[in-house]
Amino acid sequence: MRLQVDDEAAFASTGSGAHEAGRPAVVFIHGAGMDHSVWVMPSRHFARNGLNVLAPDLPGHGRSKGPALASIADMAAWVVRAMDAAGLSDAAVVGHSMGSLVAYALAAQHPARCRALALLGASAPMPVTAALLGAAEDNDHAAIDMANTWSHSPQAKLGANRNPGLWMLGGGERLLERASPGVFHADLSACNGFDPQADAGPVGCPALVVVGEADQMTPARAGIRISEQLANARLVRLAGCGHAMLAERPNEVLDALASIVP
Amino acid sequence: MSKHQGPPPLGFDTLALHAGQEPDPATGARATPIYQSASFVFPDSDFAAGLFNIERAGHVYSRLSNPTNAVLEERIAALDGGVGAIAAASGQAAMHLAVATICSAGEHIVASRSLYGGTHNLLEYTLPRFGIETTFVDPRDAAAFAAAIRPSTRLLFGEILGNPGLEVLNVPALAEVAHERGLPLLVDATFATPYLCRPIEQGADLVMHSATKFLSGHGVVIGGLLVDGGRFDWESGPHATINEPYAGFHDLVFGEEFGPAAFITRARKEGIRDFGACMAPMTAFQILQGLETLPLRMARHVANAQRVAEFLADHSLVESVSYPGLADHPDHALAKKLLPKGAGAVFGFTVKGGREAGKALIEALNVFSHLANVGDAKSLVIHPASTTHHRMDAAALAAAGIGEGLIRLSIGLEDAEDLIGDLARALSRVRRMESA
Repeated sequence: MRLQVDDEAAFASTGSGAHEAGRPAVVFIHGAGMDHSVWVMPSRHFARNGLNVLAPDLPGHGRSKGPALASIADMAAWVVRAMDAAGLSDAAVVGHSMGSLVAYALAAQHPARCRALALLGASAPMPVTAALLGAAEDNDHAAIDMANTWSHSPQAKLGANRNPGLWMLGGGERLLERASPGVFHADLSACNGFDPQADAGPVGCPALVVVGEADQMTPARAGIRISEQLANARLVRLAGCGHAMLAERPNEVLDALASIVP
Repeated sequence: MSKHQGPPPLGFDTLALHAGQEPDPATGARATPIYQSASFVFPDSDFAAGLFNIERAGHVYSRLSNPTNAVLEERIAALDGGVGAIAAASGQAAMHLAVATICSAGEHIVASRSLYGGTHNLLEYTLPRFGIETTFVDPRDAAAFAAAIRPSTRLLFGEILGNPGLEVLNVPALAEVAHERGLPLLVDATFATPYLCRPIEQGADLVMHSATKFLSGHGVVIGGLLVDGGRFDWESGPHATINEPYAGFHDLVFGEEFGPAAFITRARKEGIRDFGACMAPMTAFQILQGLETLPLRMARHVANAQRVAEFLADHSLVESVSYPGLADHPDHALAKKLLPKGAGAVFGFTVKGGREAGKALIEALNVFSHLANVGDAKSLVIHPASTTHHRMDAAALAAAGIGEGLIRLSIGLEDAEDLIGDLARALSRVRRMESA
């Protein structure tokens, strides 16, 4: 789906489904340096099941134009404007990694737009190591190597993908390599600067938090803490799973999402 | 040197043993089990629908995917530095899958003219029946590749080590030619394997292998592998199969939905599904056994090949040896750069005395086996002009550097002294024949 947001061309996947007025909606928000393609399987699932799916590329990512946004709050506000452009009044909002912060902020700051919230691989705050930030600032491939390696569990580093024939480390590396210079650093800086009190706040809608017990990027204990702080949250723990849970455990993630996305 | 340091990746030898596999979740089996099953039970109707709609991960039917094959596919993708791979029934099937995923009737390929005979047949004679034409050019001439590109061109293709001339394909130069024009570069890396050369790191977009050869390494299976590097920008050219809605899958646009895995997903969802040239799980298992020792075997293959090539180059009855590992080969410097661990273990030489001398030599060999294959653990010999390349006319043979007296060797893992001794005895017989 092609959108115009803030006078810039933006792209959002609909999971190959056409939007129809009056249907429930689900919005998927990708992580740092990534794009909508990480959501291909849940997007297609919910589109087939009659939801209006919107998986946008944030500005400067994937097929969306414009500079990358500098803060999580800016990204949350942009997603709301993308929902406006797509004609979605409210939606279940799902985010992974950086996208989980965007979803969290959207749910807290724009509660009327968020009927349900799902946070995958979340941590609030989400501090980023100086080594990763520095390499990303210099657009050095070491930043991709760090993020990609730390995002996969020990088993995922060896493979055994549930999706036949796909090498997870290769796919993750290529996706991050697609980001334009500066985009990954802008995203990581936004994560690093996220303040849960100032940028998010209380959330009243039903929530789901999915943690990978082998997650090195956003340790499971950080997600568990969020689930304890949210008023109405369910926690799903994925044993042995790393941060790249959409690649490592696509079926378990989808099952968890199906429990909260109408 | 960069001031930044990422975590070290797993090494090649480790990946050759482990990539793509976990101990079998059902039994704990350490070796990859052979899942000899045509189909797989769905837990419920919605899960089944999800598998068919690419929203669930798993297996449906072994033509489309199979757990044993999937281990092999991941492993070769890891070794080649790609995003994914597909195991096919043969190297020819992998080649056809690549072409058919990219090209439609009315479209065009530019290929090296120094190719395996079967590939040459496919491109020169068979694909034109389906409206896909190929222009063949000198593999050493990047400008010739560029000049042959037409508006309808969709693919550039060559072998990393030409067959049987052993021209080294200048992958970085050809990748530049291809990418400047929005075209992908497909490389047949059969002779090199990822142990000697990883074309994706050098700029290639797609890699194919005949796994029958060094990857399996023991001459017991027929199989092919197609690897997607995941880096090519399909939107940079008119690649309809990736960029436009596909009616065969509810107007799915693979380039939009699958990011770096767009090509390999299309190849599986269309090419393997519809053409059906899938690999048998038993074959995948046997190739996996070979891959476990690939680094050890390839090191020995190239060490033996270098010694045998040097012996032949010094022999008075040998007119010429075409091996990039020798300093007088035109691509020696390029081979050092692109294949630093060795220039493969297949090469040609021409014995003085022409076709009759060549025939006598082949028939006098004892350790070498006279047959139509390469990449076996055992050393092999053949006369290309009368066998693998016999469908090429004289002009095409000459253009591909295949003389009447050319003999092709595939150097195996025997003691190098025994291979040299076998050739020395056979050459002595040729000398006696010529003296008689």
